[in-house]
Parts: sequence; structure tokens; C-alpha cells
Amino acid sequence: MAGSKSKKKQPKLKTVSNSQPGPSVEELQRFYRDMLLIRRFEEKAGQLYGMGLIGGFCHLYIGQEAVVTGISSVQEKQDTVVTSYRDHAHMLACGMDPKGIMAELTGRIGGYSRGKGGSMHMFSKEENFFGGHGIVGASTAIGAGLGFSHKYKEDGGVAVAYMGDGASNQGQVAECYNMAALWDLPILFVIENNQYGMGTSVKRSSAGQLYKRGEGYGIPGEQVDGMDVFAVQNAARQALDYIRSGNGPYILEVMTYRYRGHSMSDPAKYRTKEEVASMKEDRDPIAQIKDMLQEAGLDEAEIKAIDKEIKDIVNEAAVFAQESPEPDESELWTDVLVEV
Amino acid sequence: MPTNILMPALSPTMTEGNLAKWLKSEGDKVEAGDVIAEIETDKATMEVEAVDEGVIGKIVVPEGTQGVAVNDVIAVLIGDDEEVDSEQLTVDSVPASADKPVTEEPFTVHRSPSAQPAGAVIENRDILYAQGAVLEPPPFDEEAFNEMQDMTVREALRDAMAEEMRADETVYLMGEEVAEYQGAYKVSQGLLDEFGAKRVIDTPITEHGFAGMAVGSAMNGLKPIVEFMTWNFGMQAIDHIINSAGKTLYMAGGQLGCPIVFRGPNGAASRVAAQHSQCYASWYAHVPGLKVVSPWSGADAKGLMKAAIRDPNPVLILENELLYGETHSVPTSDEFVIPLGRAKIERSGSDVTIVAFSIMVGKALQAAEKLAEQGIDAEVINLRTIRPLDRYTILESVKKTNRIVTCEEGWPFAGIGAEIAALIGEHAFDYLDAPLARVAAADVPLPYAANLEALALPQVDEIVHAARKVCYK
Repeated sequence: MAGSKSKKKQPKLKTVSNSQPGPSVEELQRFYRDMLLIRRFEEKAGQLYGMGLIGGFCHLYIGQEAVVTGISSVQEKQDTVVTSYRDHAHMLACGMDPKGIMAELTGRIGGYSRGKGGSMHMFSKEENFFGGHGIVGASTAIGAGLGFSHKYKEDGGVAVAYMGDGASNQGQVAECYNMAALWDLPILFVIENNQYGMGTSVKRSSAGQLYKRGEGYGIPGEQVDGMDVFAVQNAARQALDYIRSGNGPYILEVMTYRYRGHSMSDPAKYRTKEEVASMKEDRDPIAQIKDMLQEAGLDEAEIKAIDKEIKDIVNEAAVFAQESPEPDESELWTDVLVEV
Repeated sequence: MPTNILMPALSPTMTEGNLAKWLKSEGDKVEAGDVIAEIETDKATMEVEAVDEGVIGKIVVPEGTQGVAVNDVIAVLIGDDEEVDSEQLTVDSVPASADKPVTEEPFTVHRSPSAQPAGAVIENRDILYAQGAVLEPPPFDEEAFNEMQDMTVREALRDAMAEEMRADETVYLMGEEVAEYQGAYKVSQGLLDEFGAKRVIDTPITEHGFAGMAVGSAMNGLKPIVEFMTWNFGMQAIDHIINSAGKTLYMAGGQLGCPIVFRGPNGAASRVAAQHSQCYASWYAHVPGLKVVSPWSGADAKGLMKAAIRDPNPVLILENELLYGETHSVPTSDEFVIPLGRAKIERSGSDVTIVAFSIMVGKALQAAEKLAEQGIDAEVINLRTIRPLDRYTILESVKKTNRIVTCEEGWPFAGIGAEIAALIGEHAFDYLDAPLARVAAADVPLPYAANLEALALPQVDEIVHAARKVCYK
């Protein structure tokens, strides 16, 4: 595994922002469905939070749906995913059951972590989802480790490690760029740049361009429009091809926007209402796909049918999350250590 | 069908708020995500968004109302095609009572019993002390391993790693200078030659990064051994050791854990001063989800290392640089695996119990010899594992000797000795014939000057002094 190489990589630094023409109706429908599931799920989570059924921290993904939807659409089965605390959407995109995710949010035994992890700490070995981490920046090192394991096991997998713009300033991110490049690890670093690390804008926190931060290590970086799911998909496809061909890591900085606050209790005084409104009105990733579906000839009834289907899935998850019992008191003591 | 809009909780601590302003009027159409009202919480003014589409049929709580409780109905939403006279529309038009908040689905909300006020009666609180239970340690017939070979602690550690790496392809070693340099303290001598660069990996000086990386690889099926050049540098990685390695199994509801070994020299070496001389036993032993071992002899080194690598949990091995070169008789068997959680009585005695780990075991044995000359028969316990602590062996010994001295190279405050004092106080109070005595490092950063360093670190004569004191001699 070790053994640094002397080859010089030519970093590829370009900006992709245009969609490729000609998506099929099926593809449009799939994207519409996948993104709408995330949005409706998150709205429902916000609603249950408002009712006091979800506690603690709850970070919603509304507005950022195109990022994880575009990237996961070109992943392969053996790939692994890890992210930070704004993680519900990544789990949905990995194919995890909305019921199990919502029940974890409500702290019930039917949740993925039996109610012991909560919003920020969920995992699914089956779906290759490795968390759900509450410590900002940890997902990059754990992601590098997933990449390391793919290379060690020679299973052809790529690790996709998400971080926010805020996390990109953590020291361990630089440490992992270095090791990932040094050892040609199969890892896609995704910076979800939603412009604000909690209440601090990127302008106030970050020098230079985030996608260029791999340049010194020879890691290609690319900035992509994260409100356009096709732009994200195209960029991810190229990046994953590059990584899967044995070239080592790649950085995608995906420019996106969260409509809601950082967490549920954030009054969002650090940005103007006009800014939020203009993103919602002009750039919304789901509205864009809906327009494309209409242009492609899908009538209102067919779109409503998808809406209904998603609403039913989310409502079913919400019912399950409230009917599933709280964990038994004996659960307090289990899973601290693997018994030997 | 009409739906109630409820006063939302907008922070983890909010129980009520003021309805500052309505941004929609009765009859207005809303879509999911539209801001409909502003609410003042205890912390800030927050916007409330609609979660469903429809028409505001009735505003129940007018703007300016103070102290509206969370989950009170503040408005009623009706479908776009419904014609409802807002005068006739009341909260009761909605098919559920206001004390049972509903969304549009007709289910009963299961209120969390954990939302009970503090001080509620919880039956069987004794369970909370379950971890203080005194269990017999796992069985181990050490006498059965009688084919021995003399070797240094350094070689014993290396051989244990090599044996386990031969047996399991997923085991690999990672750290600074572990491969081509053969280990900063030569513990990994020869491993690169035998196992190659894929499995014996030199890292950059980047502890936080490579520790986290090893954790990620462990979550996905590998069994890393992470060497910290010393545990002092491991502090850079403490977040991944505790938050990522130690807590994952629990946070994942048992779905996936982290089989990983973190190891390296711990405690003081020789004249390397404050930043390079520190005992981490009590730091890491504090954390549920981690196991912590600290070998003294060559046999300890081999048997604990093998157990650590085979264990499916994160295990930390606190070695000691000054012990690496000491030669001991070590069992040659590949199956010499010391069960974690079992201490060893290194010297049997009847007058006083001396509990120690790592380098202090050697000092305790020397002290016992001196005490024997003075007519005091000391029993010396080598803890081997710090967490889970072998409470049973300590307590059984104290029940026999009625006197105890703890020894450690760490600081006294909240140290391992303090934990053992608590154990004795809870479980063996009536057996004591004298107050417990602790031998520990002076409560100062370790000084450089030779005389001050010797003064700060616990020495044989202090153990002798403490043992005599508890024997009232």
C-alpha cells in the first residue's frame, strides 16, 4: 500500500455547470421521485420535531436534494458512503428504509440504531452506509479508511465521503487529502458547499477555492452546480470513472443551498430573506425537474401520482416512527462492546 | 379534510412561545414550505413554514398572543377545493381532540414517557450500578503454557503481531516509521520484510488523519493495528479513538463496530520532560466502548497483544519504552492469549495487597522483596487489563490481606488508584484494617532536571513506605 510515487498528476480544474442534453422521461421521473422523497421526508421530520416527537439536533437537507441524488445515481453497488450530521438524505439515497430512519429520529426501537443513535448517528452495513458522524470533519478520515479498505480488499469499490464547506477547514481534511493522494486511494471527496457553516458564510471562513485545495497534493478538483441534478450526475460520473480507473482521489465541490436553518433552532439571521427566496424560486432542483417532466409531456395527473406515492411512503414512515415502541430499558446496557 | 396547524417546538428546549405575527390570512392558499407565521421563542424569532398545501381556513390563535404552548392548535388548514365558512370552522371541526396532536393521518400520537419531569420514579435503579458488579474474571490456565523462551518485551510484541498477521489476512500495521525504519523503538523489526508494504505501512506524521482512516477501514472489515510513536502523540487522535472507534457499536445499535488496536509506549521514558511523559490509563479507561491493557512482562506483552488483535472491539495497548529491552521467559505457543479482564497475582502474600500495572509491577515486586526483609508479606497484583478491571481478584486479595496500596505512574487525581479506592470503599469497606494508600506521580507536569524527575515519579521506596504505613509499621 505504501510507497509514494514520483509521477506528477496533471490536476484537472474545470467548472462544469451545464446539463447534458436529452435525459429520458424515465430518468427524469426517477430523479423527481428520489429528490421529492428527500424533501417530503425532511418536511415531515421538521413537522414531527415541531410536535416534540424528535428531540435534540435535527439538520434538514431541504434545498440540497440534487447533490446526493446526482452522485448516488452513478455509484456502483460495492461503493461505500459516509457523511457528517446532515445525513437523512444520504441514507435515503443509499436505499435505506424511510421507516427505519424516521423511527431512529423519534428514538424508537424500530430505528436503524434501535433508538440509540438519533439523527446524526445511523449506519447500514447492508446498504454500505457508514454514518452519520456528529464530529465535523470526521467523515473525511473515516471515508479515507473506507477507500483504503476497498484498495486493500481489491473489491473495486469507491468510497464517497461527504463533508460540508465548514468541515473543509478541519486539519484532518488536509491530512486525508495527503494520504489519499499518496496511496492512490479510491475515494471521492464531496464538499457540499451550501454557503454557510452554521451561521458563518464561506466568505468569512475560507480562503481560496475549496475545490482547489487538493491541487498541492495532485488531486483533481472541480466545482459543479449543485442545484442541477444532471450537472452533479455528469461530474460524479467523470469523477468516479477517474477514481475507478486507479487514478486515486478526486474532489467535487458542489455548490448548493439549504433552505432551512442549520438545525431546527436556527433563526437564520445571517442571510437575507431575499437570498433564500430567490434560491427557492429560481434554482429549486425539484421544480427544475418538474418543469422538464412537463416539457417531456408528462401530464399533471401523472406528476400528482408520483407526489401521492411519495406522500404515502413518508406518511407510512411517520406512522411507523410513532407506533414503534421506545427501546426496552435493557437496551441501555447492550452494544457497548461486542461480547466475546 | 381540515388539518390542524399546531404550535411547533422550534428548539430542543422550547415549551411555549409568542405568536408574533401571521404572514397569511384566512382564505390564503399555502404550499409546503411557505412561511405562514413568526414565532418568538426563548432564544429568537423564528419563521414557521407550512408542512402541507391547502388554504388557511381559520386562524385560531391571533397574532400578539403570548405564551402559546407547544402543540396547541394555532390555525386550521383546509383543502383547496373545500368551501368552509371560517365562522363555523372551529378546532372541533377537526376530527381529533386538541390534546392529541395529529397530522392528517388518524393515528394516536405515542407520547414519549421519557418526557416525564425530572425526578420521576424509575424502577430498579440498581441496574444503573450493574457495571460495578463484581464478576469472576474469565478463566485462564497459564501454567499449561510451559514451553518457554527468553526474549525481550520488544520481541514478544513483534512476535505476537507477526503470528496474528500470519493467521489473518485482514490484520495490518500502520504508523509512523513502522516499516522501513523498523519502528521508532524497533518493535516492528522485520515485519515489512515478511508482510510487505501492503500490510506494514509507513504513514506521514498525521496522527488524527491516520487514526481516523484506520477506524474507517475497521468499520469495513479490516483489523488495523495503529502504532503511535508514543501515546503523547495519540492525543492528536483522541477524537477518533473515543468518538469514532469507541462509540460506533452503540450508536449503530450493534450493527457494526470497530475491531482495532491502538498501541505504543505510554508514560515516562527518560528525561524527555512534560510533553513526552504522561500516563493515559485513566484517560482511556474512563470511556465505555474501549478496552485498555497495559503489559509489564514479556508474557503480558505477547498474550495481551494477541488478545487485543483477536478482540472485536477497540483495544488500546499502553506499552512502556523502558520495558522494551527487558528480557523475560515467554510462552512460545501461538495460542498464548491472555483473556482481557483477568489480572495476575505475580507474588502471593498475606499482609498487604499491592496493585500495579505496567512498569510499576516491577517496582512493586522490588518493594515486596524489601518488605519481606522487614517481615511484611506483600501480595502483588499485576492488573494486565485496566478496563474491564478485574475487580474480583483485587477484592479477593483485600479480603485476605485487609490492607491495600495502589501504584501507578499517572497523576493521582481521578487516576486508576482513585478508581480502585472507590471499588474498595463500595465492596470491601468492612474488610479494611487501615485506610487505602495510593502511590502515584507527583501532581505536576514531569520536570526535565534529573533530580526533579526522580522525585516526581513513584519509586520503590515510596511503595515500601506506603505498605508499611497501611500495616501501621
